[in-house]
Amino acid sequence: MTTKLVLEPHKKNADKEQLEYISEVNVTACYQCGNCSAGCPAVNFMEIPPNRIIRMVQLGCLDEIADSNTPWICAACITCSVRCPRGVDIARVMEGLRQLALRKGYSRVNINKLEIPEELPPIALVSNFRKFVL
Amino acid sequence: MEISYYPGCTLKANAKNLEKTTLPLLELFDIQAKELDSWYCCGVSFSQASDNLMQQLAPIRTLIRAKQSGNDKLLVLCDMCYNTLKRAANFVLEDEEKRQTIKDFMTLEEMHYDGDEVEVIHLLSLLKGLPDGAISRKIKKSSHGLKIAPYYGCMILRPKEVAVDDSNAPIIMENILSELDVEIIDFPFRNDCCTSYQIVNEREIVKERVRQLVGSAAKRGAEMIVLSCPLCNYNLDAVQKDILKEDHYFNALPVLYLSQLLALMLGIDPEVNDFSLHYIDPQPILKEKGLL
Repeated sequence: MTTKLVLEPHKKNADKEQLEYISEVNVTACYQCGNCSAGCPAVNFMEIPPNRIIRMVQLGCLDEIADSNTPWICAACITCSVRCPRGVDIARVMEGLRQLALRKGYSRVNINKLEIPEELPPIALVSNFRKFVL
Repeated sequence: MEISYYPGCTLKANAKNLEKTTLPLLELFDIQAKELDSWYCCGVSFSQASDNLMQQLAPIRTLIRAKQSGNDKLLVLCDMCYNTLKRAANFVLEDEEKRQTIKDFMTLEEMHYDGDEVEVIHLLSLLKGLPDGAISRKIKKSSHGLKIAPYYGCMILRPKEVAVDDSNAPIIMENILSELDVEIIDFPFRNDCCTSYQIVNEREIVKERVRQLVGSAAKRGAEMIVLSCPLCNYNLDAVQKDILKEDHYFNALPVLYLSQLLALMLGIDPEVNDFSLHYIDPQPILKEKGLL
């Protein structure tokens, strides 16, 4: 049985608007070539590959994205954005998705419970907390 | 020539050897890198959110200090810092409204930064700017064909606006290495990400990545990996030690900063390398090749 997906573009989706505001990316330009997912160094660990995330953003399926680990596996290496033939800055969308969750009170890492090896360089910690804690 | 210099936090901790090898190296080319009188943590990872101005303040403040130093160039050795400072400069340059908001916030500053008064420059670009043959003329020690796999990582290549070379097909490091008598080993992961800050909470991901990356370089005959980013350096070097605990047959490769290799070959006291900071000991191969 096929599932019928009902799209209601006239209906306001607050999260989608907020994401567009934070990321300033026009996701409608994406035509699903898959270049971003093909070049992503962490795609094997993502529950949803980057190109599908962009499709889901187009369709406004932000609740489904929020349940996935994808934005938290992204290492902000920007390979996807550099290779996108349509100029979609996917890395910025990922940042926007992280920010959406963080601004609702979610934290990816719990600083108090994190076991940190003593010799970890400061740049690792600062960049991690900048992305995963608000 | 004198140039202002921003070290960043990690060069005063885990990556002391990056600073200690680079400064005397530049002296050989009559470049005096003068550390800024005061500087701040750059924030490491540039915020890509349009409305997050708070995270731009620290890099902008550092750029104000650079402007106050009177030098129009700011040398940065850490790839993460380079990326953040350069993008913060572009951020205020391109958006007048946000630039004004940041200015209004920093009312106590005697000077403001508009985005292009100071050029943020990475070590690789500085070395590339040397006259042809400048490096090879100063070689004191031969490496006897040491096989080097140059690794770029991300932060000096992406996004395109801050790249020190072509984002997808860089050759800047190969060009510098070609002045030395080393054999350059090409491998497909040379400009791939090491998965960066995931090291803090997802060490397994980094481990998988490093296994693939170093394995690929080793398979092609590399004896050493050379890079410039302190975070890549930690990930590649320390995590190989993790892999070795599980897999005794893993072909581990020592990881050196490009500045370390240059310092050794150009006859700077090897003491500045501080090999105690390394996880995979590079000394055996360096001794074998007559560099120590």
